Amino acid sequence: MPALCKDCLAMFDGGHRCPVCRSPRVAAHPDLFALSIAHMDCDAFYASVEKRDDPSIRDRPVIVGGGTRGVVSTCCYIARIFGVRSAMPMFQALKLCPEAVVVRPRMEVYAAVSRQVRAMMEAMTPAIEPLSLDEAFLDLSGTARLHGAPPAVMLARLLRRMETELGISGSVGLSHNKFLAKIASDLDKPRGFSVIGRAETADFLRDKPARIIWGVGSATQGALERAGIRTIADLLRWDRQDLVARFGQTGERLWHLARGEDARPVQRDHTVKSISKETTFHDDTADPDILDGHLWRLAEQVSDRSKARGLAGRTVTLKLKRADFAQITRRHALAEPTQSADRLYREARALFDAAGARGPFRLIGVGLADLAPAGAADLTQDLLDPGAARRMAAERATDAIRARFGRDAIIKGRSLR
Amino acid sequence: MKISIERGALLKAVGQAQSVVERRNTIPILANVLIEADGGTVSFRATDLDIEVVDRTPAVVDRAGATTVSAVMLHEIVRKLPDGALVNLSEDAASGRLTVMAGRSVFSLATLPKEDFPVMASSEYSSNFSASAPMLRRLFDKAKFAISTEETRYYLNGVYMHVAQGDEGPVLRCVATDGHRLARIDAPLPEGAAGMPGVIVPRKTVNELRKLLDDDEAQIAVSVSETKVRFATPQITMTSKVIDGTFPDYSRVIPVGNTRRLEVDAQEFAKAVDRVATVSSERSRAVKLSLDEDRLVLSVNAPDSGAAEEELAVAYGDERLEIGFNAKYLLEIASQVDRENAVFLFNSSGDPTLMREGSDMSAVYVVMPMRV
Repeated sequence: MPALCKDCLAMFDGGHRCPVCRSPRVAAHPDLFALSIAHMDCDAFYASVEKRDDPSIRDRPVIVGGGTRGVVSTCCYIARIFGVRSAMPMFQALKLCPEAVVVRPRMEVYAAVSRQVRAMMEAMTPAIEPLSLDEAFLDLSGTARLHGAPPAVMLARLLRRMETELGISGSVGLSHNKFLAKIASDLDKPRGFSVIGRAETADFLRDKPARIIWGVGSATQGALERAGIRTIADLLRWDRQDLVARFGQTGERLWHLARGEDARPVQRDHTVKSISKETTFHDDTADPDILDGHLWRLAEQVSDRSKARGLAGRTVTLKLKRADFAQITRRHALAEPTQSADRLYREARALFDAAGARGPFRLIGVGLADLAPAGAADLTQDLLDPGAARRMAAERATDAIRARFGRDAIIKGRSLR
Repeated sequence: MKISIERGALLKAVGQAQSVVERRNTIPILANVLIEADGGTVSFRATDLDIEVVDRTPAVVDRAGATTVSAVMLHEIVRKLPDGALVNLSEDAASGRLTVMAGRSVFSLATLPKEDFPVMASSEYSSNFSASAPMLRRLFDKAKFAISTEETRYYLNGVYMHVAQGDEGPVLRCVATDGHRLARIDAPLPEGAAGMPGVIVPRKTVNELRKLLDDDEAQIAVSVSETKVRFATPQITMTSKVIDGTFPDYSRVIPVGNTRRLEVDAQEFAKAVDRVATVSSERSRAVKLSLDEDRLVLSVNAPDSGAAEEELAVAYGDERLEIGFNAKYLLEIASQVDRENAVFLFNSSGDPTLMREGSDMSAVYVVMPMRV
């Protein structure tokens, strides 16, 4: 059976240890060198980066997330032993693992590392579909001749480079489509390398719970359970028409995915559809001044991000979550796209006032949607708001000062509230 | 109720009614038209709770009475009947149906009780005056393109009709703006209008009103209060709530010091703008005006799709100027000009531009430039 050493990348035929370096870290599969669709997922990405940058916390449980009100965004494998999981409320995580080191997320650092990983992947294939900062699909079909090595070897090399050059580890799933590759990458974490071949696809899926299917969240899962579907095997018993009749488009997808069929290509450009920013308060608040300060800061952050990406939006969105978790969203279409913090703030503020929602709130968010290139943004002024031109000029001057002297060189008094 | 009415008269009355009723509403009776027959006239009443239209038309009334039926359905039926047909409407109180008969066609329509139909509360009008249809037509037609659709500034969703001081004394003035362009139209102040409160006439009312103004000879009785406005012909009475808000002080928006004067044939200008704007795929198409001694170059540069340029002979004697506008806004204001040349008055490429027809100050337009 074709096999590959994950440490020295030697290719050999079967065995539990590498004949070259004697490493036990061996990936073996009959189709190992024939498959080319992969999913790469970094292991506990944010936590790994934190451990890399601060060796003193390397052997301690680390949780990356915000404040006592926040949730766990990532936790290291040591913290997972205590039962901590991502998306768990922080207080619960700390109850399970009181000795955990809690680190505030440093998104800029993660984004930088993510770009380095991306660059390594770019060297392997142009067909990359990033799903988030720490995971991506890769299609390596037809690259074997170019690289002089089959996809499996290139992927193992990627993982090795990430470990040696960036100090973070990742896991790879290799299969014949995206759906299975994504499942495979999760089978053998961390530092995993799992393969699902065509031949064993059906056997592999049969006993898995339906929620293994990507896109089946708790809502779909509930709907499936009401129909008596818990496992893939249950799904297989349904006729295609019946699934479609009951679940519509989703039913059609489920029918195919239950059979391990997924024709979606690895799509390079996952275009940005919206830019948004939200914040969960430390303490629920209904104080209009505090909320106004948050609206301004969020508007400024969304504006910064859209300016950095050269984008503008025609629709401004406002999101509010009340203390009882009831969510309110409001949107407003503009006559022309904007990327100005001032305009965003004013629109968001108008939406907030018009929503007439009673606090206290636990979360507030501002976003831009219906995106357009920055060139089309903020070209016309408002006749009825003669001050707008001056505020816009002030914003451009502020941006220029910040570009030279840093973010905090100049701020609005409003943002101090 | 039992009446006979000529198809044409019925179509006109029901047509007016069905355009007022709200297509999507949660109160079923608001989809209906209230038909009341008494003496020699039948009245058709429709409302969306903001506007109420009553059309009184002569008919042969065999039996007085009243009922309500779906305005849209009745309109569809009447529309499909042959021209010149005599239509019989008779209400069968027992079955609660209205029978519509014309020639060999018979329809039986569900009705709702007339008592449930909401009749708009009558208002004390503080001002009553009479205005000719062509005058009102001009006031509203020339202003309505600038009405805003933006809901956050709801007070811009209509035409602000009020009394103002014009250059030659008091005028009846209509103003509309969406913050990008503004239209200010004046007409001689009709007798009795002097004390009229300023009201914001909603967009839908402006559109419905238009149907009353086609007849050049018609005199429209206008009544205004703080909360309502009424336009009436002998046959049709339209009552509308006005927008409850304060229209912004537009006077400071209208530039007075613009000196750079461009005079151009409005039609030629509009056609040229339309042509060059074709190459832009952006939703907000920017057209650049480059002005030099009696020469105007219109250009569009859309990096993704192409570029276009057109030169026009114009009257311009000031220093060179380059200024950009949204093509749609330019087209809309240029199309308001119908008699003389369009006169544009510029200041700088960042300031509002004024447009009027020749030297006529009774209709002025302001448009905000765009960065190009």
